[in-house]
Amino acid sequence: MTSILTNLFDGVAYGMLLFVLACGLAVTLGLMNFVNLAHGAFAMAGGYVCMVLVNRMGWPFFAALPLAFVSSAAIGIVLERTLYRHLYARSHLDQVLFTIGLTFMSVAAVDYIQGSSRVFINLPAALQGQFDVFGVGIGRYRLMIIAICGLLTIGLQMVLAKTRFGSRLRAAVDDPRAASGLGINVPQVFAFTFAFGCGLAGLGGALSAEILGLDPYFPLKFMIYFLIVVTVGGSSSITGPFLASLLLGIGDVAGKYYVPKMGPFVIYTMMIVILIWRPNGLFGRTAAR
Amino acid sequence: MFERKQLSRTTIWAAAATAIAGLAAIAPVKAEDSVKVGLILPMTGGQASTGKQIENAIKLYMQQKGDTVAGKKIEIILKDDAAIPDKTKTAAQELIVNDKVHFIAGFGVTPAALAAAPLATQAKIPEVVMAAGTSIITERSPYIVRTSFTLAQSSTIIADWAVKNGIKKVATLTSDYAPGNDALNFFKQNFTAGGGEVVEEVKTPLANPDFAPFLQRMKDAKPDAIFVFVPAGQGGNFMKQYAERGLDKAGIKVIGPGDVTDDDLLNNMGDAVLGTVTAHLYSAAHPSQMNKDFVAAYKKAYGNRPGFMAVSGYDGIHLIYEALKKTSGDTDGTKLVEAMKGQKWESPRGPISIDPETRDIVQNIYIRKVEKVDGELYNVEFATFEAVKDLGKTKK
Repeated sequence: MTSILTNLFDGVAYGMLLFVLACGLAVTLGLMNFVNLAHGAFAMAGGYVCMVLVNRMGWPFFAALPLAFVSSAAIGIVLERTLYRHLYARSHLDQVLFTIGLTFMSVAAVDYIQGSSRVFINLPAALQGQFDVFGVGIGRYRLMIIAICGLLTIGLQMVLAKTRFGSRLRAAVDDPRAASGLGINVPQVFAFTFAFGCGLAGLGGALSAEILGLDPYFPLKFMIYFLIVVTVGGSSSITGPFLASLLLGIGDVAGKYYVPKMGPFVIYTMMIVILIWRPNGLFGRTAAR
Repeated sequence: MFERKQLSRTTIWAAAATAIAGLAAIAPVKAEDSVKVGLILPMTGGQASTGKQIENAIKLYMQQKGDTVAGKKIEIILKDDAAIPDKTKTAAQELIVNDKVHFIAGFGVTPAALAAAPLATQAKIPEVVMAAGTSIITERSPYIVRTSFTLAQSSTIIADWAVKNGIKKVATLTSDYAPGNDALNFFKQNFTAGGGEVVEEVKTPLANPDFAPFLQRMKDAKPDAIFVFVPAGQGGNFMKQYAERGLDKAGIKVIGPGDVTDDDLLNNMGDAVLGTVTAHLYSAAHPSQMNKDFVAAYKKAYGNRPGFMAVSGYDGIHLIYEALKKTSGDTDGTKLVEAMKGQKWESPRGPISIDPETRDIVQNIYIRKVEKVDGELYNVEFATFEAVKDLGKTKK
């Protein structure tokens, strides 16, 4: 019984992490209709920034986390202004080719600068180990992930649904022409959204170094997970990817625990079944574009 | 569209012709008094640390001993295969056909060593395996000689040690590929024969992002110890999650072949790794004068500790030198392999030799425990099993 709860806890933490990593992709893909396969590269950038700050310059871990967000967002905004924006109107194939190229360049660049071995971020002692709650093992680090990611999710949902910026963004997505006619600066809204998504990925990258391991191949290794989250969740809102992340996180952990021989396949099997059942994802719009 | 295709084809032919002409121009320059060693290693990708260590060790050896042997100059041609067997094969082909190398060497992973095996047989040149550790490798070509290790060597010995030291129930966690399966099977065979019980058996995917669920399963099985084999680079991640999940506090020990506590990464693993007992061919803390000198020279040149891959590379190039000495510089591949058989020498890891029958390495396997020495984590050897052959073959 207690192991069920521990697994559930681990699954939720894993799912939350996937969500923070992938929700930027859901935004660019779903809201801006842009296929950004280089998303993982922004996550990796955040992870490495955090690692350098903490391990080499002695920053405290919690001070380095926001910096991981800011630096990935800054890289995002520079690339958006200089490169990405020329590709918004291009076909999806062009976008895929461009961003996959960018991914390979980032892999090679990080490999060159930091070397190819896996790096770890030195954690404060308070985040290490596990404690017991009525016999259920709770990992401190994973608990922190759930807290941070949970707050972020609530915040994001509030911003999108309740604020003026949220409604501008939704308007810009639904009909860019009408939105600019109403005086909304569409390119600016997109640029900001893009940068925010990259920043979230950077934060996710910094958080995941401990659990998923951080090396220059991160963007390629986890690209498939991000895409699963977005395809299963549907890309029309952030609730979809959120629930999909949780489902996949819990499914993956439970699969590895209960049927270790089949473990790695569980996540893919779930994806196939869900997509056969609902081709637009769990929460996709039924009338696809 | 058609025209463009035609055009590009002509361009390709032209390019090919230029390339061939270029090669033809290079070929006559090949000096008769040089011996070429084609080194194929993963210099990029997840196994890059293996490649780097072997390359470093070879450079170090050649600095120490000079680059001339039996009147011939040794020339190393390094190719990166990123541990992808297809690339290994292409690299081996290029080295054999274009560069006309006299040896191929290196091979970071088993599939890479196997991919090059038929080429070594065809070209009749020695293939010196300096890293890959599956038993079958040397059986795939009469030209393969190994200076690294086999997983059977360390896995059977740690199994025997566990049985004798009161470990009765073991859960296993091994990477799901050839060396992992070798490690698991040989461990299980000796451990159960000695009366031990394997209570849980988990194979993790090779590119595994998260060990947590597997470790939770280990923890719930309440074994005396877990037997672990993961490829060298994953040891750090494994030990971190082992500690995070509190398996150390639950009194579950880690045992296994020494890959999990590779000297290359050991010092960054944190104190959770203290007390881990492994069986392996080499520790940077091996107390011989030769090893002390080797470690000091390696540290001075590259700034970090040599691991077992470095030693395998160091011994690999030594074997090439010795073979050339024995043939007095004759580069006939068959003669070179003959010359390698039965070679015996003192390595930084201890006394080793090449089994004349299997062309595989015979070496001491040491039981080590991770301890803190001068503030750094080391595998400290406390028992020795002498001249261990590869049991993967002797059983047949």
